Amino acid sequence: MPWLVVIFLLLTAAGLYGGLYLAPPDYQQGDSYRIIYIHVPSAWMSLFIYMVMAIAGAIGLIWRIKLAEIVAISSAPIGASFTFIALVTGSLWGKPMWGTWWVWDARLTSELILLFLYLGVIGLYGAIDDKRVASKAVAILALVGVVNIPIIHYSVEWWNTLHQGPTVTKMDKPSIHVSMLIPLLLMALSFNVYYLIALIQRARVELLERERTAQWVKNRVSERKQ
Amino acid sequence: MSIQEFFAMGGYAFYVWTSYGLTLIVLLANIIIPIVQRNQFFRQSLKQKR
Repeated sequence: MPWLVVIFLLLTAAGLYGGLYLAPPDYQQGDSYRIIYIHVPSAWMSLFIYMVMAIAGAIGLIWRIKLAEIVAISSAPIGASFTFIALVTGSLWGKPMWGTWWVWDARLTSELILLFLYLGVIGLYGAIDDKRVASKAVAILALVGVVNIPIIHYSVEWWNTLHQGPTVTKMDKPSIHVSMLIPLLLMALSFNVYYLIALIQRARVELLERERTAQWVKNRVSERKQ
Repeated sequence: MSIQEFFAMGGYAFYVWTSYGLTLIVLLANIIIPIVQRNQFFRQSLKQKR
């Protein structure tokens, strides 16, 4: 864990230094584009974490593996957080560039649905007392919600509205300069490491709560007493 | 580039720094909440024991 935190801090420091200081202002958007270094990695994480949650949920559903169930439900608040960040920073970027905080454009709307899916998963899990049953219910909800993921990804190509098209994930050649691309990738890496740290933190608590009657948890509690 | 220039963000200071500040708060919260929950769990379990 401590070394994960060190890697995270190094990546973030390098990414922010490159993105906020070294990279030149955008020729059209000036310095406002610098929101990209958290907006885009957050949006990527919101999709990636959803897939982890759905796949872990499926593994829990099929093989009844407790660890998979814990990974699935522990991912939900982190994914919701990244979705929230992507939406809010997008709004803060949209205001000066598009002249509006929000439009019901396909990309924005599908990302908002993603936030509701995450919140639905968290709410459903909390509403069912038997956590093994809750995990089943949540996994099914998460799997149904997977249809939204390609919609988010392709929304900028299928419906051409305010949100700009992809600049990095174009297979042939990304239309972003290398001095902007490197900090962006560093931040994406840093957010992935952050996800791992936050996931371990959440999973540990979830495990304690679920196994509260197990002997090893009781031992842990009595150790704390001294 | 001077420090003032850096923080001014070419006139977009409000949008850029609000974005970064909010992100920092949300990411910190995701680390702190589990720590609080963990401590709560141990406190409650100890109480039940007595």
